[in-house]
Amino acid sequence: MTLKEKQQEIIDDFSLYEEWLDKYEYLIELGKGLEGLPEEKKTEDRLIKGCQSRVWLDCEKRDGVLVFSADSDAIITKGIISLLVGVYSGRTPQEILADDFSFLDALGLKENLSPTRANGLVSMIATIRSKAAENE
Amino acid sequence: MCDLRNEFPQLGRTVYGKPLVYLDNAATSLRPRSVTACWDEISSMRTANLHRAVHRVATEATEAYEAARDAVREFINAPEREEVIFTSGATHSLNLAAWSFGEAFIGEGDEILVDEAGHHSNIVPWQMLCRRKGAVLKVLQVDESGALRLDLLPSLLSSRTRLVCVAHVSNVLGLVNPVREIADAAHAAGARILVDGAQGIVHQKVDVQALDCDFYAFSGHKMYGAPGTGVLWGRRALLEQMPPMFGGGEMIQTVRWEETTYAPLPQKFEAGTQNISGTPCFVPAIECLRSMQQDECITEHVYRELSAMPGVRLFGTTPDLSRKVPVFSIAVEGAHHEDLALILDKMGVAVRSGQMCAEPLMDRFGVTGMLRASFAPYNTMQEAEYFLSSLRKAISMLK
Ligand SMILES: Cc1ncc(COP(=O)(O)O)c(C=O)c1O
Repeated sequence: MTLKEKQQEIIDDFSLYEEWLDKYEYLIELGKGLEGLPEEKKTEDRLIKGCQSRVWLDCEKRDGVLVFSADSDAIITKGIISLLVGVYSGRTPQEILADDFSFLDALGLKENLSPTRANGLVSMIATIRSKAAENE
Repeated sequence: MCDLRNEFPQLGRTVYGKPLVYLDNAATSLRPRSVTACWDEISSMRTANLHRAVHRVATEATEAYEAARDAVREFINAPEREEVIFTSGATHSLNLAAWSFGEAFIGEGDEILVDEAGHHSNIVPWQMLCRRKGAVLKVLQVDESGALRLDLLPSLLSSRTRLVCVAHVSNVLGLVNPVREIADAAHAAGARILVDGAQGIVHQKVDVQALDCDFYAFSGHKMYGAPGTGVLWGRRALLEQMPPMFGGGEMIQTVRWEETTYAPLPQKFEAGTQNISGTPCFVPAIECLRSMQQDECITEHVYRELSAMPGVRLFGTTPDLSRKVPVFSIAVEGAHHEDLALILDKMGVAVRSGQMCAEPLMDRFGVTGMLRASFAPYNTMQEAEYFLSSLRKAISMLK
């Protein structure tokens, strides 16, 4: 599946839920399902600033693609991370850099989450982009 | 109640199609029509710079501004109107006090005692002062219930203690601190006491003489007044000795290249064009505050329910509920404060989550943050019930 197709799939899944609380239920389920990071990887250098909750993002380069894994102490955030990891993990740096991350707007996540949360999301995206740029 | 709620138009709005239940009053209160009308009236009809021009409108603007000083003086029972200094808010007041008091009275090795439950605005300015002057910052701790450890006061106060800085009411714990007792201990040790009244002014009858404090600071926006307004009250004898923090318009007597002399109180501390429209709103804000009464049944009910809710840890507990204001901070086992706040938000309930500008207190209790619901007299028992049931639902979603 291409990056765009994967994004569309998520947008379609998400649009099944009309009520915000149902969307949250869905994100909570995703969050619970995300494997997360082992404690020893939750280090200061993997911590993303700008969230009320803490988010750790780990990135490895394998066979030319970036593999992301991530964790958070808050479950809704973890659900959102799980979406991001699903879309961007296993992609080449070039693919990631070519994307404009607008699919998050299509999900309505940016404007409907609290400003601090949106900032966290923005920091998360910025981190993914900078990892891609470092590894280009 | 209906009439009272009508005075606050925002209570009538919806979020995500649900009625807004506003329980973030400790962060900022809503504003009644009388306050926005005052702001509008001055902005549209009585705008002129203060204390300067001789023309008619300038006189009216100045009168409205100075009437606020009289109202505040009376409200906190300050001995003199010139001791009431207008600022842009509690944070400004506290920084002003820290800077000017520090310049006048703090030297190397002197000590300042702050409270562990303090808002960052009543911690950081003192840290900055200590760094600047080589002074020592000491901390008055709280116990498990959140009460200040008064038993530690004798060992914390020394002949080098110059100032004790405590909150009247903590914005996290909602406990009323025994300010008078602390003031007596501070004075007996030869120190002064500053009270951060940002929350106290909203929930307590404040009499600075009865409290026997030396400074009292608060914001307008938490007491139904205008944002960008605040007060620092201080004893004249101290304020007279303290140099101004800002230099500029209206704080001077004469300006010469050799030496500038300053205006008398309170202008000495009010440099530059002041909040022409906002500060006069203290008059209707005080009127509004006086006219409302917190329903103690709500405080009691929410306190009991939260205390008994499984997995919920309530911070700021006391057997004597007359010492508890309706500010409730909790941590929930297995549920992150941010998740709870996000879910509550979508149910129409506005609450606060995070560190609440009190990071040392979060560390003290070993949490990364809390969830806080803070009530005002315009909140109803129905809203309290809705909050409690929404909270239960949010917790069950996250479990
Ligand atoms: C106890 C306390 N002190 C100080 C402040 C700072 O007030 P402001 O942000 O209006 O300057 C607040 C408000 O958050 C507070 O609750």
